[in-house]
Amino acid sequence: MPSQSASVPATATGLASQVSLSVNRVRRRMEVDNRTSLLDLLREHLGLVGTKKGCDAGACGACTVLVNGVRMNACLILAVRMEGAEVTTIEGLADEGELHPMQQAFIDRDAFQCGYCTPGQIMSGIGCVSEGHAGSAETIREWMSGNICRCGCYVRITEAIQQVASASEGA
Amino acid sequence: MSSQPEVAVGSAKQRVEARLKVTGRAPFTADHGTAHGLEEVAHAVIVDSSVGRGRITSIDTTEADAVPGVVRVISHANAPTLPYDDNAGRSLNPPGERLRVFQDDRVLFFGQPVAVVVADTLEAAQHAARLVEVRYDAEDPVTDLGAAPADEPVRYSRGDAEEALGSAPVRLDLTYRLARNHHNPMEPHATVARWEGDRLTVWDKTQWVGDGTQRELSTVFGLPREQVRVISPYLGGAFGSALRCWPHVTIAALAARETGRPVKLVLTRRQLYTGTGFRPAYEYRLRIGADRHGRVLATDHDIRSETSSYETFTEAVTAPGQTLYRTPHVRQAYRTVPLDVNTPTWMRGPGFASGVHVLETALDELAHELGIDPIELRRRNEPEQDEVSGLPFSTRRLLECYAVGAREFGWAERNPTPGSTRDGNWLVGIGTASAVCETGRSAARASVQLRVDGTALVQSATSDMGPGTYTSMTQIAADELGVDLDDVVFRLGDSDLPPAPSHSGSKTTASVGSAVLDGARQVRQKAVELAVADTRSPLYGADPADVVVAHGVLRSRNDPARRDSYRALIGRNGRSRLEAIGAYVPPTGQSHSMSAYGAVFAEVGVDSALGLVRIRRMLAVYDVGRIINPLLADSQAVGGMVGGIGMALLERTVTDHRDGRIVNANLADYLVPVSADVHDLRAIFLDGRDDHADPLGVKGLGEVVQVGVAPAIANAVFHATGRRVRELPITVEALL
Repeated sequence: MPSQSASVPATATGLASQVSLSVNRVRRRMEVDNRTSLLDLLREHLGLVGTKKGCDAGACGACTVLVNGVRMNACLILAVRMEGAEVTTIEGLADEGELHPMQQAFIDRDAFQCGYCTPGQIMSGIGCVSEGHAGSAETIREWMSGNICRCGCYVRITEAIQQVASASEGA
Repeated sequence: MSSQPEVAVGSAKQRVEARLKVTGRAPFTADHGTAHGLEEVAHAVIVDSSVGRGRITSIDTTEADAVPGVVRVISHANAPTLPYDDNAGRSLNPPGERLRVFQDDRVLFFGQPVAVVVADTLEAAQHAARLVEVRYDAEDPVTDLGAAPADEPVRYSRGDAEEALGSAPVRLDLTYRLARNHHNPMEPHATVARWEGDRLTVWDKTQWVGDGTQRELSTVFGLPREQVRVISPYLGGAFGSALRCWPHVTIAALAARETGRPVKLVLTRRQLYTGTGFRPAYEYRLRIGADRHGRVLATDHDIRSETSSYETFTEAVTAPGQTLYRTPHVRQAYRTVPLDVNTPTWMRGPGFASGVHVLETALDELAHELGIDPIELRRRNEPEQDEVSGLPFSTRRLLECYAVGAREFGWAERNPTPGSTRDGNWLVGIGTASAVCETGRSAARASVQLRVDGTALVQSATSDMGPGTYTSMTQIAADELGVDLDDVVFRLGDSDLPPAPSHSGSKTTASVGSAVLDGARQVRQKAVELAVADTRSPLYGADPADVVVAHGVLRSRNDPARRDSYRALIGRNGRSRLEAIGAYVPPTGQSHSMSAYGAVFAEVGVDSALGLVRIRRMLAVYDVGRIINPLLADSQAVGGMVGGIGMALLERTVTDHRDGRIVNANLADYLVPVSADVHDLRAIFLDGRDDHADPLGVKGLGEVVQVGVAPAIANAVFHATGRRVRELPITVEALL
């Protein structure tokens, strides 16, 4: 595993901590401001701006990432709590240019318009399938209701997740 | 010149920017940073007022200044005077005096920006913003639409509505209340500002880089237009919220100038409710007089809506009552009510969504009163012409929309008696309503460059908040040039590009698309003329009218063996490219009345014990002219229905009138539709085009799809329960 060391300028409050975590398979050891959310760590300190801030309060799902394979709202997690965690963001999905099946399904089904909630929808969709909550359209709708899409692409998002779920069943 | 075959246009092409969006690489405003050449970006966080009206008596920044990393706290106490040259009535600023940030001690509404903290990190700025101590001399704000005096009304009348109402055999007197709605795009409004000397560049969430944000900033800072550049490549939704250049954009630019650093300012979700506009609340009294056959004789509309104390916002809420149905006698009075709130703005289907809701619910009430089928009632009131202008309709296929919709939705199986259909504990109802929105078009320009490698670059200062401008413009250019879709790149969202109108009013395809069409046609014409005059070309001497282009290959239609290619032609002639500026100017003097139409059908279930309303299925049939991309059009239409579901059942901004505070300024308490609310939604587009509307034959789609949804649902709720709710949203409480 490649390793990188980066430093977040801990404001001189003395309220900073060391944390070691893996982001998209890159292990990082860094000092983070104790006030920094995982979302702001990704966006403002690591330059991983694919993860979006929609409400900063856990109500919209735009910041959904995988933490140790489980979907979570990055805005609700303090970065300093991520010691040893494996974080996957939208930037970590495509494998050498080949899209993750969920990304491809979102394109196939036109499951987005503006694209702002899309990274969160895709990460959440991956979590939804791996949890086994993608058995029917109704189940998907229920378990994807933490991810708001204001353009109203829910019908297509549900179809995209169904496409991936049925393909992985067949595999 | 020969006309080009339709290849990409009309075909269900995937979004050209799809890969960028699913990989998280499409740069939205707040994503701009070091990767875009912005170094040492400081973060700004706004401090907003905690009183609804009054004056600031003191601002103590001692504690905030002491937070490590804080660069500056700016407020009216230390901000420079800004020129704020007049721009009222332009840049989509309504009449009045716009809010001038940090220019005086007055507080006009709860949540007004009173200071901004600039710091090295977001964490420090957020922390310090909470430590700014602002004291006020507070007054009681007036925020209740029903309890405040109104402005002088805007009036419209034809015939003698009072007399006709008095003698009408059937009369209804109905009052509706529509809640305030906030756009709540998923992307919060954001601005990144950078000064280089006296030149300002902003990356901004805006639906109008040019005559909107660029012009407004140039007047606020007293700069020539060309010294302000506005960049906005991707918008995370907007729905009207990014039409005006709101105060926070000025704050970001001011903070950048005062600190000498690039500054990034992102509004919080809570701040969006007072930092940007909203669809105003309405009180709408409608009196209808009709004969026993359901023919509407007269309507009287008494409309009150919210505006701010400093600007007067009006929208097209009176239009549906004037033109949607044949009505000999109409009287309207539209009054704005100035309140201690921030200024409303256009939101998807502006005016139409509100006005049509009232009219279409009232028509359903009339149909029920008379025992006439709601669709038949609309047929009996179909106008022969636009009764305001006297002009013929360019195309108006509303009744065809109803016919197709009724067939597809199974309207004939509907038992007309309310409350007669059950499914277990659920009362089931079916309702319908018309949708209408005026077709808008504005002047636009686009540059088209055809390069020696056979690819094309097409550019215009328009934007794409989600409908698919990138894709549709690429399709239009590809067909008109005769090249493959992959060989065209369309750029937008930069005030340096040829000017375009605001990305709103369903007019982007009609306006910018027509400019793209014109530019591409000019370039193709240049290529054809070059080829037929080029002795080395196989097409030398051919009749230009006989030359068509496909896949970048020019050929004679009569003699397909004679062919040349863009690449060979341009290269052989020593050119690096062929280019043109395409333009579209709408004709002066209208010959036709032009609108997009739809018929919306909804089936709801209402829990008989709990009053809970669920949408079981919806269908809408649209007459919107030509469809450039059926895949994207379908997404847009279904998305509009989802917005309409929100308006009907969920969305309302709630104000505590004691202090003017919005109590649900977040996405947990301001409810919007989620996936579980959305089941079977379907859109059908009538085949056709409207050649009176614009060179492309489109009538606009983005607005009309949000119109008519709420009344279709409200009418379905009535059909399910026999209960008529005249308030939006229709809540559990109203049905218990």
